[in-house]
Amino acid sequence: MQALVDWISQPWPWYVSGFLISLMIPLLALFEGKPFGVSRNFRHLCAAILPGKDQYLKYDWQRVGWWNLTILGGAVLGGWVATIFLVPDQLHLSEAATHLIQGWGVSVGKALSPTFFMDTNFVLSAKGLLVFGVGGFLIGFGTRYAEGCTSGHAIAGLSNLQFPSLLAVIGFFIGGLLVSWFVLPVLFIN
Amino acid sequence: MKTQIFRVLYYLMVGVFFGIVMTKSEAVSWFRIQEMFHFKSFHMYGIIGTAIGFGALFSYLIRRFKAKDLTGTPIYLEPKAPHGKYNLRYLLGGILFGMGWALTGACPGPVFVLLGHGFGVMAVVILAALVGTKVYARFHDRLAA
Repeated sequence: MQALVDWISQPWPWYVSGFLISLMIPLLALFEGKPFGVSRNFRHLCAAILPGKDQYLKYDWQRVGWWNLTILGGAVLGGWVATIFLVPDQLHLSEAATHLIQGWGVSVGKALSPTFFMDTNFVLSAKGLLVFGVGGFLIGFGTRYAEGCTSGHAIAGLSNLQFPSLLAVIGFFIGGLLVSWFVLPVLFIN
Repeated sequence: MKTQIFRVLYYLMVGVFFGIVMTKSEAVSWFRIQEMFHFKSFHMYGIIGTAIGFGALFSYLIRRFKAKDLTGTPIYLEPKAPHGKYNLRYLLGGILFGMGWALTGACPGPVFVLLGHGFGVMAVVILAALVGTKVYARFHDRLAA
């Protein structure tokens, strides 16, 4: 029993994590034929909160999206469960990445998330607005324009051999590489 | 009524499972995302690659055996609709999302998982994403070519 607890408390190897993530596809398909795709929840939430006059947001979001929004609520709960019961923070970042990111002026410890996530001064600064405000905006706008995110395109779409998903994933990397190579290295240096 | 409660619980548990896996895999980590975009470790590529590999196997088996879901309905794995001659929206939207992914270090699932980790700042990300969704909705007719 203790061995099991110890094993669960450790970070999981990539092949275990990857396999478990792939289970989302049969867990949703075999139950009620649902697709795996997280970002469409932004459309449901927007239809619920800010429908306005836009046709795109005029649909029965409760009927179409209740199950996916329920998963989203579960994901919040799962994050909480994992941090309380399963992981004392113990990031296993590579040496190379640790050096690189420390060179940007961001401290790297054992925590999964950087300390600036909790730094109110940073969050309310222009840089914080860029990271979280502009970043969030691009996530919302980009996933609707591309009709999917990492789950719907990279995992479900590529698994189902969808060419549009390959284009989307290539896009994810073009955008991500641009920001991670040319914006973030200079962003945190005062 | 009883079955409705069961359905809600089922999807809730699927979400809890997802949140735990995202955390334990470290895929919610801003550091891991930067590491991935700088090709400094195989970790994230291993996760995504394994997920696609097994996902492809499950998708194949569902199609091959014409699997039905628990309600008895044949499962339809919806294809991604082509848009225009070059499917440009997938690439352009993907680039914009990729920029947001690198900035926040989180894709849509992890944004909510991190909220569960106690990072209130993710509420800012979610609100901003809803504004982004609203702006997209306003231009949907013109963008949806």
